[in-house]
Amino acid sequence: MSLGVGALITVAPGMAGGGTASAMTRWFRRQNGEAISPFRLVQLSDAHVGFSGPPNPAGTKAFERAIDIVNGLDPQPDLILFTGDLTHESETAGEHAKRMQLFKTLTARLKAKKVMHVPGEHDAALDGGALYRQFFGETHYSFDHRGVHFVALDNVSRGKPEVGAEQLAWLVRDLARYPHTAPIIVFTHRPLFDLRPDWEWFTRDGDEVLTVLAPFENVTILYGHIHRHDVHQSEHAVHYASRSLIFAFPDPTTSGDKKPLPFDKEKPFQNLGLQRVASRKGQQFSVDDVELTLREFGGTDGVQQISKPGVSL
Amino acid sequence: MKRFAILILAILAGSLSAAQDAPPREISITAKRFEFTPNQITLKRGEPVTLHVSALDRDHGFYQKDLKIDLDLSPEHESVVTITPETAGRFVAICDNFCGSGHGNMKMVINVE
Repeated sequence: MSLGVGALITVAPGMAGGGTASAMTRWFRRQNGEAISPFRLVQLSDAHVGFSGPPNPAGTKAFERAIDIVNGLDPQPDLILFTGDLTHESETAGEHAKRMQLFKTLTARLKAKKVMHVPGEHDAALDGGALYRQFFGETHYSFDHRGVHFVALDNVSRGKPEVGAEQLAWLVRDLARYPHTAPIIVFTHRPLFDLRPDWEWFTRDGDEVLTVLAPFENVTILYGHIHRHDVHQSEHAVHYASRSLIFAFPDPTTSGDKKPLPFDKEKPFQNLGLQRVASRKGQQFSVDDVELTLREFGGTDGVQQISKPGVSL
Repeated sequence: MKRFAILILAILAGSLSAAQDAPPREISITAKRFEFTPNQITLKRGEPVTLHVSALDRDHGFYQKDLKIDLDLSPEHESVVTITPETAGRFVAICDNFCGSGHGNMKMVINVE
């Protein structure tokens, strides 16, 4: 496969049951005039623009590669979701703002113009999200797209890995407008379940978020932070983690330490990759995780990479 | 003989009560970007211990879910928690208040024997 880095998601809301689908179509049309129809989106995560270090001395190369690949998709995705750590923080005054500007400059190359973001802790935890808001707007919000209700949740800007009482109350109010059959996609940075608390792979009040979502029958949660693909089924939701665009972390079930996997100059995109999610008849999504390595390329692109392994650093 | 047994029981009960009433062992820990000092402590299962944790430079967190440790640390005051670990094992406590680029590795090990 030669799709790119991130997660390609095809959504066919409410298609599994005809009666439910038509009821939902009527409901969404009444709400916002939108017809329910399948669409595609791409999830990108953890570019850490500005990061420089042994785990990836290539900087934004993988991110730029991902943008090129997304631009090559046919059909184009309606929507790009970026699930946090767009940038890496800096101790130097003004430098973090430059990194945010560089992120915006790079993503302006995307053909898909509907790009939505949530912050990661490296974007927003040191200043409560003040700089992030200047560049990207509010850290939590919601919107509808073709019959799916999208909820952007911020579980980083309070410094601690938590959503907080105020945002939880907002979530309750936001969801109160929707029938329990409405398809919901939540996108956030940290996992909302205890994946590995001693690696800070959790959200302190994630259980409360999942309780608010529990009455809804069709909930998908997209997140980043863990720099690796992961699928987790909780009682009322499926959680998908996208790989990173900078470096990968090891398997939390077999590794004692959270150390980035080593960078290989000959395979600069190794362990970076995508998860591909598509709707199928009778089920909501199917998910394919694709690691972006040389072997994933075909045609001219593959020949170019094999003839010139590695990237210029 | 009966009197002697009662005396022994009384002595044992007194010892037990004294152990239960003894103040918890106290351990001081400091936190600064991006380390805890000491970075490893050893506790005994069933023994109460009071942790006094101080932040030296900025706000931090001190979190270990299994041991029910959840402290907000500030340079302005010392934070204190008393725990009685019931299970032996190796527990990693982390800073859960993002404090910069090395935050992800700010942790210490609590061994319970």
